[in-house]
Amino acid sequence: MRRDIFQAIADPTRRSIIALIALQAMTPNAIADNFNTTRQAVSKHLRILTECELVKQEHQGREIYYSLEIDKMKEIDKWLDQYRNIWETRFNQLDSVLSTIKKNKK
Amino acid sequence: MNNNLLFDFTVDKITRTVFINREFAAELPLVWDAFTKPEILDQWVAPKPWLSKTKYMNFKVGGRRFYAMVSPEGQERWSIQEYTSITPKINFKMYNAFADKDENPELPGSEWEYNFSEQNGITKVSIIIKNESLARMEKMIEMGFTEGFKMAIDNLEKLLTTLSKK
Repeated sequence: MRRDIFQAIADPTRRSIIALIALQAMTPNAIADNFNTTRQAVSKHLRILTECELVKQEHQGREIYYSLEIDKMKEIDKWLDQYRNIWETRFNQLDSVLSTIKKNKK
Repeated sequence: MNNNLLFDFTVDKITRTVFINREFAAELPLVWDAFTKPEILDQWVAPKPWLSKTKYMNFKVGGRRFYAMVSPEGQERWSIQEYTSITPKINFKMYNAFADKDENPELPGSEWEYNFSEQNGITKVSIIIKNESLARMEKMIEMGFTEGFKMAIDNLEKLLTTLSKK
């Protein structure tokens, strides 16, 4: 099942992780150093972000580096634009309905 | 349509709250009816060519609207709206959830709040939708895509007819 992206970015730690790796790719240990939490907790956050494809992993030797999927962040904005368009369509339909009712009353 | 009417749409991604403001060139009682009477709601709430079909609607606190969005192929997507607060011609709130055809809700849903105000014959409606899930938006968008696709096909047909007459 697909994870909810909005839920993924609703968590403050995950938002901080996104902000951190937006600047440069980092290993889980380097990321964990920035938080008052266990390496396991950070790994779990990274797993959720990876499942939503908000971050990607790259193997360099024995280390895994995490970086931001810029396209995915843009995709969220695209979804919202489409959602906005649906509301616009719907309201334009209501405009017609309202003007028809007003005409019929006269 | 009148382009001077306000329409704004903002989203707080962090709290997953959608804010919509729209003005309508009609007096408040009529706009209120358009949002609270099933026979008018069904005329505009589904993005064409989808249809809205209200099975029943009991607009009072604790009452429900059980309705479906029907695709051009006849596929029905059922939802339940439960009214949690109503102040006539000013405000109402509801809880909205997808459901199956037997009225079993798919939780969690989203919380909706509508506010109405009128100035000089122009009625403003403000809508706040809390915790709208991505899954829900996807379903809505899917309908929008169908609409866009249908329009594209219709336009293509018109174009082809025009071209073939030449």
